[in-house]
Amino acid sequence: MTQKSVVVVDYGMGNVLSVCRAFENQGANVVLTGQAGEIAGAERLILPGVGAFGDCMKALEERELVEPILEFVRSERPFLGICVGMQILLEIGEEFGEHPGLGLIPGRVVKIDTTLSDGSTRKIPHIGWTAIAPPAEANGNRWTTSMFGETVPRTPFYFVHSFTARPTNAADVLAVADYAGATVTAAVRRDNVTGVQFHPEKSGAAGLAALRRFVAM
Amino acid sequence: MRTVRLIARLDIKAPNLIKGIHLEGLRVIGDPNVYARRYYEQGADELIYMDIVASLYERNSLTDIVEKATRNVFVPLTVGGGVRSVEDARKLLASGADKVGVNTAAVRRPALISEIAQRFGSQAVVLSIEAKRSGPAQWEAYTDNGREHTGLDVVTWAKRATELGAGEILLTSVDQEGTRKGFDVALVRAVTDVVSIPVIASGGMGKIDHLMEVIRDGHADAVAMADVLHYNRTTLDAIRREVLAFDAPVRRVA
Repeated sequence: MTQKSVVVVDYGMGNVLSVCRAFENQGANVVLTGQAGEIAGAERLILPGVGAFGDCMKALEERELVEPILEFVRSERPFLGICVGMQILLEIGEEFGEHPGLGLIPGRVVKIDTTLSDGSTRKIPHIGWTAIAPPAEANGNRWTTSMFGETVPRTPFYFVHSFTARPTNAADVLAVADYAGATVTAAVRRDNVTGVQFHPEKSGAAGLAALRRFVAM
Repeated sequence: MRTVRLIARLDIKAPNLIKGIHLEGLRVIGDPNVYARRYYEQGADELIYMDIVASLYERNSLTDIVEKATRNVFVPLTVGGGVRSVEDARKLLASGADKVGVNTAAVRRPALISEIAQRFGSQAVVLSIEAKRSGPAQWEAYTDNGREHTGLDVVTWAKRATELGAGEILLTSVDQEGTRKGFDVALVRAVTDVVSIPVIASGGMGKIDHLMEVIRDGHADAVAMADVLHYNRTTLDAIRREVLAFDAPVRRVA
């Protein structure tokens, strides 16, 4: 069997080492690069991201990587955005003012509501292990044919975030999580584009299983 | 509902994993990577590495160990010891750490907490406090493994650090550390009562009852363990199963 190949976008945002190591651990050949040609021509593309929405978009623009990423997505090969790399798939981010995203998934990225139903304060950022599950209106085999094919619903993953994606179309939401009574979007999917809010590379065996499935897609 | 994290703590005197009592009388345990991997495989929610001599000798020795850990440990890593600047923090984060721990340098110059938080986010800054009981319901913060006084009241310092942008507090009881006699539950409670950020209780874990106490009465958000794991008295997966049987709010690992 030939080794599966994964290209990780290097644009100076986030703990890319851990992402690379997690894919290597699952037997993938990993290329970390900021080269437009390698990104557009990848077999599978991973967009990590840590920091603010606007900073991540700015870093991609400065390195002229927006178009190579969009070109890759048009190829219909598997794409995965992680954390802020998932958030910038949407149209608009509201962190430190409004910023345009890649617009691959209609919707906005908004701050998690800090007020609990009893009026007390919800701690932000949401940090820690939280269970993910398909949204209530989920239908058919969307979950099992995604990177969560080996994931039992209610499995906890490791999250660190203050903002959450609000896709316009419910059909684009692949997984949700309940953080102290607030529903946050844990994963989005539209065609070949998948995004996860949590860190699969930091979510132990469950995270590695999801990455393994992604590599097999 | 909160989920209490079970954390394996590895104190390092490079290149070895070491363990002391009251943070002193250090004994070599072995290769940190072997232990890190074992705790990961047992289902640790996170790992903490503390280079316990870095601030004494003014050097960093952890980056190699952390870089190695990223090959086979896939949970969050907090790394501290000798972090004196934003650049020190950047190096640790680039070598695979998710959060950096600060103590001595932050006591000397509290603005360091804000500087690291502004650059990398509050979630990346863990303030390590070495607390010694100084009177009834009173604790003083120490540095250099419980040797150097700071004159800072632990509760006041914890509040101040929260305002400066710390994302988490690693609260080690020097009195209880390495004794296996249980956590200083009153200390943990005194801090969790006044700060809005998560508090990791450290020092004194000997048996399951201790863990249940510090979760229930201390309101700990996370618990760090060292001694009880290093000497193989029990394993993290056994601990998790036992506290789950008492309905403790910890992560269920498949």
